[in-house]
Amino acid sequence: MTTFLRPSLGDFARRLACGAAISAGLLLMGMTSAEAAKTTLNIGMTVEPTGLDPTIAAPVAIGQVTWQNIFEGLVAIDESGKVVPQLAKSWEISPDGLTYTFKLQSGVKFHDGQAFDSAAAKFTLDRARDAKSVNPQKRFFATIASIDTPDPETLVLHLSSPTGSLLYWLGWPSSVMVGPKSTANDKTTPVGTGPFKFASWAKGDHVELAKNPDYWNKSVDVKLEKVTFRFIPDPQAEAAALKAGDLDAFPEFGAPELMSSFDGDPRLMTKVGNTELKVVAGMNNTRKPFDDKRVRQALMMALDRKTVIDGAWSGFGTAIGSHYTPNDPGYQDLTGTLPFDAAKAKALLAEAGYPNGFTFTIKTPQMAYAPRSAQVMQAMFADIGVTMNIEPTEFPAKWVQDVFTGRDYDMTIVAHAEPRDIDIYARDPYYFNYKNPAFNDLMKKVQLTADPAEQDKLYGQAQTILAEDVPALFLFVMPKLGVWDKKLKGLWENEPIPSNVLTNVSWED
Amino acid sequence: MIVLLTRRIMGLFLTLIAVSLLLFAVMALLPGDPAAITLGTSATPETLAALRHEMGLDQSLILRYGQWLGGALTGDLGMSYTYGVPVAGLIAERLAVTLPLAILAILLSILIAVPLGVAAAAKRGGVFNIIATLFSQMSIAVPGFWVGLLMILLFATSLGWMPAVGFPGWGNGLWPALKALIMPAVALALPQAGVLTRVTRSAVLDTLHEDFARTAIAKGLSRSAVLWGHVVPNALMPVMTILGLQFTFLVAGAVLIENVFNLPGLGRLAYQALSQRDVVVLQDVVLFFAGLVIVVNFLVDLSYLVIDPRLRSGAAR
Repeated sequence: MTTFLRPSLGDFARRLACGAAISAGLLLMGMTSAEAAKTTLNIGMTVEPTGLDPTIAAPVAIGQVTWQNIFEGLVAIDESGKVVPQLAKSWEISPDGLTYTFKLQSGVKFHDGQAFDSAAAKFTLDRARDAKSVNPQKRFFATIASIDTPDPETLVLHLSSPTGSLLYWLGWPSSVMVGPKSTANDKTTPVGTGPFKFASWAKGDHVELAKNPDYWNKSVDVKLEKVTFRFIPDPQAEAAALKAGDLDAFPEFGAPELMSSFDGDPRLMTKVGNTELKVVAGMNNTRKPFDDKRVRQALMMALDRKTVIDGAWSGFGTAIGSHYTPNDPGYQDLTGTLPFDAAKAKALLAEAGYPNGFTFTIKTPQMAYAPRSAQVMQAMFADIGVTMNIEPTEFPAKWVQDVFTGRDYDMTIVAHAEPRDIDIYARDPYYFNYKNPAFNDLMKKVQLTADPAEQDKLYGQAQTILAEDVPALFLFVMPKLGVWDKKLKGLWENEPIPSNVLTNVSWED
Repeated sequence: MIVLLTRRIMGLFLTLIAVSLLLFAVMALLPGDPAAITLGTSATPETLAALRHEMGLDQSLILRYGQWLGGALTGDLGMSYTYGVPVAGLIAERLAVTLPLAILAILLSILIAVPLGVAAAAKRGGVFNIIATLFSQMSIAVPGFWVGLLMILLFATSLGWMPAVGFPGWGNGLWPALKALIMPAVALALPQAGVLTRVTRSAVLDTLHEDFARTAIAKGLSRSAVLWGHVVPNALMPVMTILGLQFTFLVAGAVLIENVFNLPGLGRLAYQALSQRDVVVLQDVVLFFAGLVIVVNFLVDLSYLVIDPRLRSGAAR
């Protein structure tokens, strides 16, 4: 037996050595081919999209893969947050604001060869506003009364009331143009008009896109041939994948505390930009004691936003005084309206009838920023005699049920991702249970005008109301923590709308 | 024998039905509406109702259970809420990662544990005995996911030999796919190998003291011939039992390891489905796990019959 064992062990060793040699060879081959080809991109994302059709589900990750890459809209939102023409090359708005006439690009085809024309545009918008529609932003299309298509290159929208935000909304991921013949399968095999075609989706790991050789827009020079979006939920794993070279870029890196670990890396660089993610601690405005404005103001004044940002997000982030970000037109810095002042906060509480403070519970989702912010807030509230209990609440399932739909909570904390969504405070019902006719009136007025200057003024007034009324404690805007290869050009540094636009991304020699 | 087999298979089937019922009941109690999650913070009552109808969530629980079970029996596992694809295909895709991973881990643990355990038992107080004791204690004490993290740090981040995380898919070549599985398999195998080493060692020791072993030695057979020819085959039964039991832990451990290495396996699918309340997927995956464990235990029982002829005659009675 033993004599039989020895040669077999030797044999095993030989095979092992042989295998190692072959693997080393394969490894080298793999490296050289990756080195030569600079038209591919491996891009990392924290969250995997659930389906790839942004017109039927809300998760932002869907748009972050598909928007501007696979799907395009009548208009688009550019890197500075401005509305720019896309599949519609121009438009006219009637003086009463009720008729929008779009001139469409000619010769545009979907990836499967269907023509994009006014009929396809009408189909898309009718589908989105249909009674059975599950478009997450169905309300965008609520004022469209009817749609005319006088010729293939002209689209006319007739509105029931002026809708000043309509153009901006038409630039959103949920408003992209879809093919009448391909919509049914867009969730798994999306077909759009964009510079990249969907190639494959290994669920749980990656989505691959390939360059669309027949892209209609000849004024852009798309350099990338193949793009792989890889989904890695764990921050440590994200950092490891970047450092190991498995990924070329992580435009929205999940862990601020690991950002400094890239310092001095010869290959990678970091970029801190803005996003639309507003971290706010919403309160149940109809529940005692939060129904008293003085209490809400006192809580706001008890918080030093800078300390919250340091504790929750390693000092990355911008303090805000209202539900609006420096990215947005008409932004006003209102952090001075209720500045940090624990003594004043205590006095205000006493005035409201709580000289000895009170006790309440915050329902905190598990996303890192939430429990960390809550712990810092807990300490600061304790300084003014207020006891805050932290109740971890699983997001999205339990949070959506308890807080968002059930509105059964005292306080919660969540980052609102939608750009310019200040109107959520006018929505009824919405989880804050905030009701202010003056504010609602402003939101109505915004829609009555399409004049950007007028809109900015109205948004300014709306911000002021919120800053004083504090339906939610306005904490900070999340940064866009980008980590990418130094030779990579063209990725957006800021994020006026959640996206990974790859049209102008290229490798430098 | 046949009666026993039939009875066992019937039992197996009934257990699965019971598991499915329990599973469905638990899912129904889970907080969180899949439709509300899909729509997120922009949900309106109107769109929510439309989506609930589309997902079939507005039907009664009994009807939904019947549909699920009926479908599962005919091979139709339903559609994933989040991915929008048939669950059967999703499970098959994930099995192509988890199954090779599990097999690799089991083989690795056997390859480490059996020779080490036998060597340790062959000479008590010898150097192998010390190695085996140290190895099994350490590998049991150190969690697999931590070993995984260390391996990522060393072999991926620092040395750059291995991919840190993820799985390229079998379509991109055998070697890249295997390469992605090596570190997770080691992380998964080590704790198993620790347990298995101990069991092998004590099983071989016990068998060495049995009468037939002493007789064989008395007959003048060489020590290694006794060991490999008589003792090891007879010591296999406890080893098989532990392997069967460990399979359950392997599946559970895979959930963690797959998350550490970001492998798109069944464990991660279950984890994702839970957080997204993709109830159909979750039900199917858990039922699949349960079925797997039940079937493996059944196979282990069968293997006893193969290994030990005494049980075969006992079964006939």
